Amino acid sequence: MQIIFILILISLMIGCGFLLAYLSAARAGQFDDDYTPSIRILFDDKTIEEQQNDEA
Amino acid sequence: MNNIQQFQYDNKITRAFGMASFIWGMVGMLVGIIIALQLVYPVLNYGPWFTFGRLRPLHTNAVVFAFVGNGIFMGIYYSLQRLLKARMWSDKLSWIHFWGWQAVILCAAYTLPMGMTTSAEYGELIWPIDVLITLVWVIFGVNMFGTILTRRESHLYVAIWFYIATWVTVAVLHIVRSIEIPVSFTESYPLFTGVQDALVQWWYGHNAVAFFLTTPYLGMMYYFLPKAANRPVYSYKLSIIHFWALIFIYIWAGPHHLLYTSLPDWVQSLGTVFSIMLIAPSWGGMLNGLLTLRGAWDRVASDPVLKFMVVAVIAYGMATFEGPMLSIKSVNAISHFTDWTIAHVHVGALGWNGFLTFGVLYWLWPRMYRTTLYSTQLANVHFWIGTLGIIFYAVPLYWAGWTQALMWKEFTPEGTLAWGNFLDTVIQIMPMYMIRIVGGTLFFIGAVVGVYNLYKTAKQGQFMPNENAEAPARERHIPVVVGDHWHRRIEGRPMQMLLFSTIMIAIGGIVQIVPMVFIDSQVPKISTVKPYTPLELAGRDLYIKEGCVGCHSQQIRPFRDETERYGEYSKSGEYIYDRPFLWGSKRTGPDLWREGGKYPDSWHYNHMWDPTAMSPGSIMPAYPHLLEEPLDLRDLPAKIRALRKLGTPYPEGFEKIAINDANIQAQKIALSLAEQGVKDKGIESKEIVAIIAYLQRLGTDIKVQKKQ
Repeated sequence: MQIIFILILISLMIGCGFLLAYLSAARAGQFDDDYTPSIRILFDDKTIEEQQNDEA
Repeated sequence: MNNIQQFQYDNKITRAFGMASFIWGMVGMLVGIIIALQLVYPVLNYGPWFTFGRLRPLHTNAVVFAFVGNGIFMGIYYSLQRLLKARMWSDKLSWIHFWGWQAVILCAAYTLPMGMTTSAEYGELIWPIDVLITLVWVIFGVNMFGTILTRRESHLYVAIWFYIATWVTVAVLHIVRSIEIPVSFTESYPLFTGVQDALVQWWYGHNAVAFFLTTPYLGMMYYFLPKAANRPVYSYKLSIIHFWALIFIYIWAGPHHLLYTSLPDWVQSLGTVFSIMLIAPSWGGMLNGLLTLRGAWDRVASDPVLKFMVVAVIAYGMATFEGPMLSIKSVNAISHFTDWTIAHVHVGALGWNGFLTFGVLYWLWPRMYRTTLYSTQLANVHFWIGTLGIIFYAVPLYWAGWTQALMWKEFTPEGTLAWGNFLDTVIQIMPMYMIRIVGGTLFFIGAVVGVYNLYKTAKQGQFMPNENAEAPARERHIPVVVGDHWHRRIEGRPMQMLLFSTIMIAIGGIVQIVPMVFIDSQVPKISTVKPYTPLELAGRDLYIKEGCVGCHSQQIRPFRDETERYGEYSKSGEYIYDRPFLWGSKRTGPDLWREGGKYPDSWHYNHMWDPTAMSPGSIMPAYPHLLEEPLDLRDLPAKIRALRKLGTPYPEGFEKIAINDANIQAQKIALSLAEQGVKDKGIESKEIVAIIAYLQRLGTDIKVQKKQ
């Protein structure tokens, strides 16, 4: 049943990879702002030109 | 604002994937209806290509990889560009990805009815297609990561994390599952055997559900649901926790597919524990999705897009409650091998994946065609027919699952099985199977209405292939360190240092351990268990080709009713020459692990010719072609060589006499058939003798022979 150890190792490696990704993302400030990103995605449809047209 | 850049989003690729998703979805659903009909009306099995055994993998592959797969790419190619404020990295790669994926699907649609299969659930495709999938997946990855690297928005929205996790994990899973030794262009044997193959399969199979059907769709939920509701997700913080918790827990849950089997107990427990833990992130995400609509529920009543999405998220919640519950051993003892599992996956596939795809399509089409939805009323019709379809699909199958499980386990006061004839438990659930057809058909009709609505929407609008956008260039803060050794940077970060070394150790460990698998297996060996004879091997490969594993398990669990019904429970050591393992996951027909010697050869002959001749009322397809097709043994030497390389102890030079050996055994079976009254001319050179040889061998290695 050595396959278990291989699968555990692969799974751990994937887990470690994601942990690394998490740490470096957190360090880069990806999770500093836990509110505005949710708003930002709602405002990405229009170009400045279109917005100006709307306002005019 | 003077570094504003102007660019264009690519809508054409989104549209292409969206159309592909819908078209393949219809095909997949139609095949689903056909196989549901075949279960009630076996006469609809049109052999050899269109029998239930061969069409079932076509249905699952079409739905998982064609419908949902193209749906994933549609969602990613639309949302990724907008979230990153960048066009996809390379248009050329986008289109290679698109056509490559459609080529994979076409290959699957041809090879599966032809009987070319590895028999691994959700990984049935033969090795050349596996290679193609790998190439397409790499191209998709290059395109996605290229876009991420050239993005204008430095913050990565949570949906993108879900997409990244999908890509990375599916790549690893696919590669590990596909490690196999080719015998010919269409055949191969997996590296692992028996119990180990089973574990790899369900590590893969479960995570295919997790990282193909779930994480990308969660990413889509976090983008399209807030967009459709025009309000931010309930808690962005919760979405981050949802993602990281899900990623770290999901990958360990696979063994819950193998509870009470010959898999070591501690691995089963590991799978159970992680499966139960999964409810926390899953329900966190589900609630996060639903609470996004707080204060906007009035809009759900009028907006079909939101209706579809709400039911999708609720279905996600139901399926992810049910999953942990089914992973509890005492529940699994009842549910496993029954239609409960089928109901469970369809709540996920029809509800979660299907309805989210429809919701996103209804939202995207008017946007890309710069118009409004052709008919809200028709979309509502689609919604209600589809919802009824899910209910009429799932409820009868829950009922069927319980009914059958209770009948299997029922004993009379005298201590014998109340329903000793397996067929009684099948006939009992036929009405539920009929209602299931109604459910599936309703869902399909809803989808037809949807196609019409989207077609009309496209007709009345004007497609915008490239959408203008502008955004400031991304600010980069790259610290310039002069005269610094690269290692200093790692040294200052003990956590990373530890992790790097763990990964290195893990790689080292794999290098050391992989060869051990070939040399010796810790699965307890049983001295009487011997490799299959060449004819049995040929029969086994025919068993795989016909997809018998779709309805018959080969794994007797240690319960009194199962040992009473089938015989001695399965031991892990019995499967050491099983490449691939054929335990199955559904008992539409009885378990076959102790089939060997139960019936005379002529019984099998007549049963394959017409199952109802031996078991009146049987819903098994007839296999008359097995009695007519000549047995092709040309690959046998290559098969023997490949298996020996993998560790099956065939003696050196055995491949030279293998065909001869098979012919001798075939003659013996022809002789015994003739004695029992079957006097077909040339029967010894037909496929049927190989199947009989294999079936008569099953589970006999440790069978206690009764003295006469």
